[in-house]
Amino acid sequence: MAVSQQQASSRDRRTGFVLGVALWLFTLATLWLFGANLHKMPPPASDFAPQIDAILWVILGISVIGFVGLHLYLGWVALSRPAEVRAIYLPADRPKEWLWVLVPIGLLLVADLTFDHMSNKVWGAFFGKPPANAFEVEVTGQQFAWHVRYPGADGRFGRTNPRLISDENPIGLDLSDPAARDDILLINVMHVPEGRPVMIYLRSRDVLHSFFLPPMRIKMDCVPGYTTRMWFTPQRKGNYEIACAELCGMGHYNMKGLLVVEDEQAVQNWLAQQTPFSKRGQ
Amino acid sequence: MAVHAEHLAHAHSESWIRKYVFSTDHKVIATQYIFTAYFMALLGGLLAALIRYQLGWGDQASPLLERLFPFGAQGGVIKPEFYLAIITIHGTILVFHFQTMMLTGGFGNYLIPLQIGARDMAFPVLNMLSYWVFLASCVVMLLSFLVEGGAAAAGWTVYPPLSVHAAAVAGSGLGQTIWLLSMALLIVATLMGGLNYIVTTLNLRTKGMSLMRLPLSTWGVFFASVIGLVTFPVLLAGAILLLLDRHLGTSFYMPTVYIGGQLVETRGGNPLLWQHLFWYLGHPEVYILAIPALGFIGDIIATFSRKPIFGYRLIIISFVVMTILSCIVWGHHMFTSGLNPYIAMVFSLLTILISVPFGTIILCYAATLWKGKIQFTTPMLFAIGFLSLVVTGGLGGLFLGTASTDLYLHDTAFVVGHFHVIMASSVLFAIFAATYYWFPKIFGRFMSESLGKWHFWLTFIGVYATFVPMHVMGLGGMMRRIYSPHAYQYLQQWVPWERVISIFGLILIGAQLLFVVNFFWSLFKGRRATDPNPWRANTLEWQTSSPPPHLNWGEEQPVVYRGPYEFSRPDTAEDYLPQNTPPVGVEVSGNGVR
Ligand code: HEM
Ligand SMILES: [Cu+2]
Ligand SMILES: [Cu+2]
Repeated sequence: MAVSQQQASSRDRRTGFVLGVALWLFTLATLWLFGANLHKMPPPASDFAPQIDAILWVILGISVIGFVGLHLYLGWVALSRPAEVRAIYLPADRPKEWLWVLVPIGLLLVADLTFDHMSNKVWGAFFGKPPANAFEVEVTGQQFAWHVRYPGADGRFGRTNPRLISDENPIGLDLSDPAARDDILLINVMHVPEGRPVMIYLRSRDVLHSFFLPPMRIKMDCVPGYTTRMWFTPQRKGNYEIACAELCGMGHYNMKGLLVVEDEQAVQNWLAQQTPFSKRGQ
Repeated sequence: MAVHAEHLAHAHSESWIRKYVFSTDHKVIATQYIFTAYFMALLGGLLAALIRYQLGWGDQASPLLERLFPFGAQGGVIKPEFYLAIITIHGTILVFHFQTMMLTGGFGNYLIPLQIGARDMAFPVLNMLSYWVFLASCVVMLLSFLVEGGAAAAGWTVYPPLSVHAAAVAGSGLGQTIWLLSMALLIVATLMGGLNYIVTTLNLRTKGMSLMRLPLSTWGVFFASVIGLVTFPVLLAGAILLLLDRHLGTSFYMPTVYIGGQLVETRGGNPLLWQHLFWYLGHPEVYILAIPALGFIGDIIATFSRKPIFGYRLIIISFVVMTILSCIVWGHHMFTSGLNPYIAMVFSLLTILISVPFGTIILCYAATLWKGKIQFTTPMLFAIGFLSLVVTGGLGGLFLGTASTDLYLHDTAFVVGHFHVIMASSVLFAIFAATYYWFPKIFGRFMSESLGKWHFWLTFIGVYATFVPMHVMGLGGMMRRIYSPHAYQYLQQWVPWERVISIFGLILIGAQLLFVVNFFWSLFKGRRATDPNPWRANTLEWQTSSPPPHLNWGEEQPVVYRGPYEFSRPDTAEDYLPQNTPPVGVEVSGNGVR
């Protein structure tokens, strides 16, 4: 090489120094960025939210260990002066030395299984049988609005049929079905009771959407041809934004709804004021 | 495969066109791939600049934008449908036309025959065809911006029904058809390439080059090609079905829906089928990138630590495990899609388990650095940056692979941060490291070290400052693929973040100019690589002239006596021992090098 060995190694030491410092600074900056801003997460507002957050913290803790550990090491390697004469010689394959790698990996595996186990519990609750007394609502996504349907006094949702969809009948409600007569249909607004499980059936009349409630920490896709579902128990009164999380076209960024969590009584009063879909315009 | 001198002489008398344009020499084809893929990277980068402009300052009109894009940005503001086309083509060309093709068609193509001591690929004509089909794919994809309705706009995952009806989004007109055709061409190109790389690696190894003596770069491209052959055809089939749904009235993916004021009556279909077919490739695709990237980095780390790779066999085993696991975890992209929750739990566990082989490889590389005589050249800086990034990005993957937390994080900026750290950035770092490292071999000149170091520092700071904050925004509930963060109250606190991220993102994109300048300047004016083995490496590509002659070796192919990483042996005077240097006392009849 053109440069002398000595020049090269003093330059290497300088670069190594800068790299080591940079790696440690990045580590600190990343930790600070997370630490200083996690409180900006939407405050948890359902029973699942703290459980999901707990898993997040466990994974975060494990990640901090791995992240800091590796960067401390890399920074140290960069900062410590490169061997003057010769690198140490470790032949490529001495399985006994593999333990240096396999032991930490074993710990990672244990960590993996730990939060997988935690996750399965929440997952099982979320997809398992919802409580029998759930408050039921149905949501149908359309480009770019949420149609919110309540079953009315009979507690049953009436039939729908895509062939009946029109500007006047946005979800194709089939009024020949008696169960459909008292269904209440609203747009972009949903009221649910605090402290009682809420079951939301999700559908779409056109493309994919995803019904996303950030303070509840859950989302579920609306798939045309399917009925998917999500349930949760709201734990805090308030007005929350409903977001669409699946790209659904031009207006995707603006497909917004309002979720109101209030007393059961307030919800019932509010529902009583709504006109069933079948009686609209009469 | 002895080649007669007659043949060698003949090769040199070929016409210019046969030699440099329609060449069947893997080195020329690789160079064509490298140039084309970098060109696509530039375009993808420019699209990224538009995305960051929109997210940072989308509420302010810019006369320049209107001048540049009279249709897409009337009034100086990017229109939502143009924005969606931009993110779709940005993602598509950077994942497929840049990174995939650069790693396999570019460096894989260049390195495999040289590293295994072969004279060329097993199927040189197929190799050439692969490049031309790829080039056609690039041209077709770019043309789609010019058609009515603009380029495809359903995201790089092109989920139906959005991608089926022009009434659903403007880009689902002709633009989407062109996207599918371009992808079909690209898949054909990767299959022709992949077949070649596998057969060549298995069959054309020179004398003594046993599998366990292969350099990690070759292994990486080999496993990527295996994954590609298993999974790309599935996407091709899926794309053909999507074309049929769009143009011939079938309904594989389409239930009866009501789109754009019209009933679209079908005989019933399932939109989730596409998601399965897409992610059956889409997930393995990220390992088609990660595994070769890991391979290249392995070679570079060994050379610049002057140490044998720690746990070579352990790494190969991990590659095998990753190859298998990568093909059975695609469901983690569908946790919230209505997938059967039991199956989702299996997908979740398998996904998290990928961290085991992945972590093993990273730790083996970290251990390789231990007590090495580290040389902080530009390629080595990018390699260490790579280690930092894969750890950061891989840990992000744990949050997403865990099904319950993905209920929250899916389709948020956290996902965008995750894959930009681990794929966009770390694979990019591997590509840069490979470019700085093998440039003297490919072009016979060095790239500038001082420009290279500046490029590294700005890029390293740029990627951390751009993509790590996205994780935090995602934890804050910021959705991905939204045209503007202004619509939601709860997102207002992130609006200034978007702006800061945009500033760093634009610096990051701007810093790549240093690379472009360095690349072209060095091509013509760089310091000459008179020494064929300037880094004092052991693998075979360094044991022939720079650039290597047609058919790679002189009269005879090299003979291999040992593994690729015999650095700093106590029993040798030099601190390296090339694979083809005969052991002391072995009588050699010319090993084809000198
Ligand atoms: C420990 C290793 C990894 C794990 C556990 C992991 C996990 C995940 C999960 C679960 C998702 C889906 C997130 C969602 O959409 O909600 C995801 C997305 C993604 N990952 Fe990873 N990942 C890992 C490594 C990688 C690597 C090595 C790459 C590429 C080189 C990569 C590239 C991507 C990409 C491109 C996406 C986004 C696709 C999209 O939705 O557009 N990941 N990852
Ligand atoms: Cu939507
Ligand atoms: Cu994946």
